[in-house]
Formats: sequence, structure tokens, C-alpha cells
Amino acid sequence: MENNVKYTFKDFASDQEVRWCPGCDDYVVLRAMQKALPDMGLKKEDVVFISGIGCSSRFPYYMDSYGFHSIHGRAPGIATGVKLANPNLSVWVMTGDGDATAIGGNHFIHLLRRNLDINIVLFNNEIYGLTKGQFSPTSLVGQKTKSSPYGNTQSPFIIGELALGAKARFFARIPGNEPKTLTDAFIQAESFKGTSLIEVLQNCVIFNDGCFTKYTDKDLRDDAQLVVEHGKPMIFGKNKDKGIVLNGLKLEVVTIGEGGITESSILVHNAEEQDPTLHQMLIRLEYPLVTGVIRKVSEETFEDREQQLTNKIKSISKVTSVDDLFFAGETYDVK
Amino acid sequence: MISNEDNNNQHFARENHKIDTAVIRFVGDSGDGMQLTGTQFSDTAALFGNDVATFPNYPSEIRAPQGSLYGVSGFQVQFGSVEVTTPGDELDLLVAMNPAALKTNLFALKPGGTIIVDTDAFNKKNLEKAKYENNPLEDDSLNNYRVIKADISALTKESLKDLGLDTKSIARSKNMFTLGMVYFMYNRSLEHSESFLNKKFKNKPLIAEANIKAIRTGFYYAETLELMSSTYIVEPAKMEAGTYRVVMGNDATAWGFMAAAEKAGLELFLGSYPITPATDILHELVKHRHFGIKTFQAEDEIAGIASAIGASFAGSLAITTTSGPGLALKGEAIGLAMIAELPLVIVDVQRGGPSTGLPTKTEQSDLLQAMYGRNGESPVIIIAASTPANCFEYAFEASRLALEHMTPVILLTDGFIANGSAPWKIKSVKDLPEIKHRIVPNGTTEYLAYVRDEERLVRDWAIPGTPGLEHRIGGLEKDKVSGCVNQGPENHEYMCNIRAEKVKRVQEFIPKIEVEFAQEGDLLVIGWGGTFGNIHASVKEMNDLGYKVGHAQFNYINPLPKNTGELFSKYKKVVVCELNLGQLVKMFRSEFKGVEFLQYNKVQGLPFTKSELTNHFKGLI
Repeated sequence: MENNVKYTFKDFASDQEVRWCPGCDDYVVLRAMQKALPDMGLKKEDVVFISGIGCSSRFPYYMDSYGFHSIHGRAPGIATGVKLANPNLSVWVMTGDGDATAIGGNHFIHLLRRNLDINIVLFNNEIYGLTKGQFSPTSLVGQKTKSSPYGNTQSPFIIGELALGAKARFFARIPGNEPKTLTDAFIQAESFKGTSLIEVLQNCVIFNDGCFTKYTDKDLRDDAQLVVEHGKPMIFGKNKDKGIVLNGLKLEVVTIGEGGITESSILVHNAEEQDPTLHQMLIRLEYPLVTGVIRKVSEETFEDREQQLTNKIKSISKVTSVDDLFFAGETYDVK
Repeated sequence: MISNEDNNNQHFARENHKIDTAVIRFVGDSGDGMQLTGTQFSDTAALFGNDVATFPNYPSEIRAPQGSLYGVSGFQVQFGSVEVTTPGDELDLLVAMNPAALKTNLFALKPGGTIIVDTDAFNKKNLEKAKYENNPLEDDSLNNYRVIKADISALTKESLKDLGLDTKSIARSKNMFTLGMVYFMYNRSLEHSESFLNKKFKNKPLIAEANIKAIRTGFYYAETLELMSSTYIVEPAKMEAGTYRVVMGNDATAWGFMAAAEKAGLELFLGSYPITPATDILHELVKHRHFGIKTFQAEDEIAGIASAIGASFAGSLAITTTSGPGLALKGEAIGLAMIAELPLVIVDVQRGGPSTGLPTKTEQSDLLQAMYGRNGESPVIIIAASTPANCFEYAFEASRLALEHMTPVILLTDGFIANGSAPWKIKSVKDLPEIKHRIVPNGTTEYLAYVRDEERLVRDWAIPGTPGLEHRIGGLEKDKVSGCVNQGPENHEYMCNIRAEKVKRVQEFIPKIEVEFAQEGDLLVIGWGGTFGNIHASVKEMNDLGYKVGHAQFNYINPLPKNTGELFSKYKKVVVCELNLGQLVKMFRSEFKGVEFLQYNKVQGLPFTKSELTNHFKGLI
């Protein structure tokens, strides 16, 4: 996978005309990926994008790499086969909230559980876009959509909570309007060995416009987002004066300089903590919304375990060809 | 108790008969070890040189309540000094380990046939469970048979009492005692089973010793038993020279794929989800990791095929295995592999349907699902194996067709041949046909994903990792040259036509159908897949009786062999026999206008019997 050729983002842009709606965050994600890839040290021919169905799943067509636009919800299964067949490849699953957590929910959780070295980019826009505006498993209660004109009555998943429940080792939540942050997260995900999940908070300009504005608007985001970084205190706010402390079993927002709170009172983010409890609490926090790489915990990958087992069996096996097997054991001759 | 030095068969006259074939069925509770007992007997017969066919028939419950009628598990074997293609219709010997086993299987025994029973199991409780009002061993209901009553449980217990084993292990050895009796009855050596037991219980020498002692004791007991007035000799069969082994259909299927991968120089990948009766293919392939075979037990049927499609995209010989309900779940993904034009083999080991149906029983009712069970115009190659041994050839052939024609291939087998076993003349990989896959070599600079060769209409296979050939494929309709998305009306029609023509053209690369027995005459009998053995045996019998009957068994179903349409006019009547309500016949009727196809169907979860077919054919002539 090591590479000496220096690529630019243009090397990863295919000749296909991009057909997302004007103003869609998907353009930002696409460009961020094309910019990230030259910095990953990969050979272009080793990169594979696999998708299911939905707006985001058109992504592979726009990348000049190997790509497979498959069927609804099944990209994790296909990606698993690609990675097991050739572990040298850099495999990316491009998916959405419907594709990954509704029709493909089972495959999504099992991919996370098995921990193959695959990167998942989940475009969460809390709506079905390609089928023109039905509620998804991440739509909010009360949300009015084409299939819930009087308000959604189904409770939503929180993507990170679901993912950590399925044993996700790497989870990042990144706003869809921040190209640089996305590029950095993609590079981190690629360098992490194991399944990485990046949830992109992606605005759908047509069917769910403004769904994340209260967190992502330039004027609001400093107070509304806590951007976590491993080893750094959880400080946020326009004036960098707000922080998070643990009060009993709850996270609490405090102001530095008030009530005896100093910078040293603020929790320091440890993305590498094995115990997911605090990561889950951060994921569930509604205001500020926690973004950045929330969890990053190394564990042996599925394909490495498979390879080690194969090497072990190969080293003790006396059989080298299929003929050896067929002609061994309980055979008899007829003359 | 038994001392064969004192008691030898000189005490009474025993006749030793020479016979051509014999049919034995071992039946007992599903925990009685009848499958093992039957397998041991069949393997011993095959090693001796007999032709052999077996039929395990067991319930879907793993350990049904003891003594119950629905918990009866059976294993039938026919072995002979002549060609044997079926497990046999009528039994010569029924071994019944309890009243329920006797009650549910007596109908299959020939008049005058032999029954071996474990009299200890015919107690009040078991008789009640089997719904017997009187003990059949004590009334005259078995007068038409020769009944060998042996206190098998008690004798086993007595003979093993000094080994220091627990009661349960002792009780479980009674199947081996019984096997010993049957070995004596058919003049068989104990050698194979003894070495098998030593191997199987390598780490439990006491259990091995107990089982071996039980077999020997059973053998000697039968020798001294006056009731066993006849023993039988079945000479070795005349078979084609070569090295053989006994294979089960599912194992042969797994081996066919292994041979194909080695021949093609590709890694073998199996993505699968457990389902009866297909799981044994997974069980076999997981053992052979040292060949680089990759198996993946997925979270469901869809992930099983999805992972196989991914492995195929990445350049492996990719397989998924399932049964009818799983094939239904895989339908959308088969369509994806079809439109993407990736090689893939889907094995459907058919069982009784619809829905969950009869999971452990056989049927041929997935043919139309395999043909038409997908959205859109979605043709795939369909082939079917017809014997336990030729599951090897057709698994190999399915792989060859998938790789050389860049398309999914559905391989149909069924519970009857998948679990049945027969002698297989071992094929060396070097004697198998070449497989030329379509992988584009490194160094190629130009690649358009859907450019086709003119002869086969097949595209080339550029796999990730090959520099300069980066491209995208997918489930959306694609441009006929570049493979980029193209939903134009003319392009779509062109692509639908060419995908259909590509599969149709496989006709040029498969053998013609051959008719066995009468090449013209009164009746042509058509079958497909796993019904070969019984139809063959019946048509042979018809010809022996002087009727002019031909038999054509189809292994290639989509496309059909080129000469199929030429067969029918040579016979006065044509009958299509299937274990469904008439699926191939439906295809034939739409394909071959003007031919009157009769049909003979059975959907009981059971294979045809030779005699029912012969009776039916006689009625047609």
C-alpha cells in the first residue's frame, strides 16, 4: 500500500458530472475526501469506495478510484468481502442514515462488531433524500416529513450511541460544512487500524434544510459545539470560558472563573479510554453537541486474526494441494 | 455370556445366500446414533468393493423426546454386486431400536424381510409412546416377517460392565452392538469400523474400547444366535478401475469448488449463513484454511452473498451456499452480481418448501425461483447436480462457467443427494478441464469495463489493486462500453438483450444432452438434478422388461443443451418427472411448442421410488 507518487486532489476526481443538489454538503465531503487521499500515503489503485443506495451512495461515481455502487444497505457486506479477499486495499463504505441504520442496520452493527480495517463515512441528514423526504431512523420526534405530515412518532437512534453499543472502536462526529475538519478526520480514520466510523452532520438543502444549523452556523457554533481533541481539556465557547465537568453520574456545563471552577477542573478528553461510558455520555450530550474524534481504541482486527490463524494452520498442515486431500484417508482401489 | 469358542455355528444349520443387492434401514431415536451406524455400514460395504447408495432421513428436531414417533431418525443403505443408483425402495432388513422406529418404518419392509429389534426397548412406556395397544413382538402382527429379537441394551450393558464406564456411555454403545450383528449377517469385516473408532475416540481410549467391544460382542452374539438362520454374501461390484472414496454430496460440492479454485489459480471465498441442509458445505470448507480458502460466516443470508460479491469484485472465486428460504433473501443481490457481470456461484441445496417447509426433507421446488426469482430481466446460468458424487463435477462446472462467462451461476442440489453418499472415483485436479478467468493482467493500460469479446459476449475483470484500471461499477444501468451510469432508453434495451444473449450463448460451451437406454420408442422419461438414481433404475428395469423407454436427465437447465428440442419426436410419449408440482415441465411447455409433455410429480419430502416410477411408466405405455 506504500506509495511514492505524489497525488493531488484532481487525481481522485472522476470524469463524471456530480449530480447532487446545488448547495448540498455532499459536495464538501467529496472535495474533503479528494483532498485527504493524497495525504494518506496510499496507491490510487488500492483505494476502493463502496456504497449502498441513497444520495450519499452516489459518492463512488465521483471518485477516480475503484468503486462499487451496490444495493440498499448491503455495502458493509460487500466491503467485508473485498477486505477479506484483499486486506491490502483501503476500503471505504459511503452510506447514509437510512442505508446504514434502517435497511442495512444489521450489516452496519456487525461490521463495527467485527472490526475490519474499513472506514465508514455516514452522511446523517436525518431524512430520506433520494426517495424525496420521508423520515429516517435519525429523524426527530415531531419532525414533519412526507411520510409524517403530522409529525414523526418514532424515536430516533443517536448514531454514535448505536455504534458504541455495537463495539465501535473509532467514532468521530464532524459537521458537514467544515472541509478542513473532514479532511483531517478522514486521514485519522485511514491511519487507524480497525473499523472507523465518521458521522457527517450533513445538511439536506431540499428536504431537511437547517437541521443542524443551531450547531453549525458560523455565529452559533462556538457556543453550540464542543470540539474534543485527545489529551485536551473539554473547553468551548466564543470566549473559551466554558467547559465540561463530571457531576455525579452526569456531565455538566460550567463556566471557568465562576463558582471556583478553574481550567484544571475541566475534564480532559481521553479518546483512547477502553471503557466507553464517558464517550457515550459525550455522544448523548445535546448542548453543546460534541464533535471531533470521540473514541479511538485499538484492538486487533478481524482480518489480522484470520490471517494469523491461516498462517498457523498452514505451518502445521501436511497437505499442500487438493489432490493430497482427495487421495488421503479412506480410499480404495478398484482394478 | 458369550464365548464363541464354545458356541459356533455348527450347532444348527445356517444357510449362506449369495445375493446381488441388499437394502438395510437403521432406525432409532434421534439420539441413538443411527446416522453413524448407517455410515459405518455403508463405508465398510464400499471399501469391500460394493456399489453403494445411502439415504439419511432424520427429523428437524435435534433430540426429540425419547421414544416419540416424530423423533425417529433413520439411515437407509443399498449395496450391491451390481450397479446401485438408489438407496432402494423396499427393505430387506429393518433394524428398529424402539417401538416408534418399528411402527413408523415397518411399511417399507419387504414381505418375508428381516427385523432386528432391541427387545429391551419394547417396554410399557415406549409402547405407549409409539401408540401400540399390544406389544407387536408378542402378538401375531409380525408373522409375515422374520423377527430377530435381541436384548440389545441388556447385552451391551453386560458386556461392558467391567470397563468402568458410566451408564450413559454404556447405553450409547448399543448402536455398535447392533452394527456388529448386521456385520455378521452380511459377512462383513469389522476392520474398518474398528480403525474408525480408534481414530474418532483417539483422546478417549476407554470409549473407543467400549465401542469396539460392543461391535465384537454383537458380531459374536449374532453368530451364536439360532434365529439368524441365514447370512448373506454380496460380492464386490464391477466398477470402472480407479481409486475411489465414499463421498457425501455436500462434501463433494465443497471439494469441487476447491479443485476449481486451484485449477483457476484463484483464492476461494465462501460467504455463507447456516441453513439446513446446506451447512455441511461450510463445515467442510472451513477445515481447509491451509489452502488459503477463506470462509466467512455472515450475520445473515444477504450479508453472506454480499460478502461473496465483494470478494468476487476483488478477484476471488466467490461462492455462497444456501437453501430455498435463503435463495429468496439473496435474490436482490444475485441481480446485482448479474448486472455488474461478476462471477459468483450460488449453491441452493433444495429442501421442502414453501416458507420454512420441511427443512430436513428433499424437494425440487426452487427451480422457478432460481430462474425467475429476481426483479427485472435477470438471467443467470442454472445447473443441477444429479448424484452425490457428481456434486463434485457440477460444483467445478459452476465455477468454470461463472469465471469464463462473468456471471452468477446457480447450482441446484437437494437434500437427498447432499446428504446421501456414494462411491466417487477420485478425480485428480490435473485431469480436470482448464478454467480461463478474465482477470486483466497488470500492465494493461486501457480498460473499458463493459467492452465484450465477440464469441462469448463476456467483459473483462479488472480487480482493485491493478494500477491504471480504476473504474466504478454498480447496480444502476450502465453504459454498454464504459460501464458508467447510463439510463438512456436504447442503451437499457441493448444491455437487457445482450445480458440475455450472453447467458443463451453458454449453450455453445456446454455438452449436448444424451439419452440413455432406448434411443427411440414408446416413452421418453425426463428428469433433472437429484432424481437421476431412481429414474435411471426404473428406466433400466423397464428396458429389462422389454419396453422401449429412454431417459434424459438434465444437468444444464439455463440455458438448456442445444439439442434438447430434437429429442421428443423420437418417442410416442414424453413424461417429465419432478419432485414439485411441475416446474421444468412449465419451462418446456413454453419453450417447445407442439410437444405434449406429460408430467409425474411428487411433493412428500421424499425421493421417488423405483417401483412407483415403473408402475407409472407401465400405465403410460
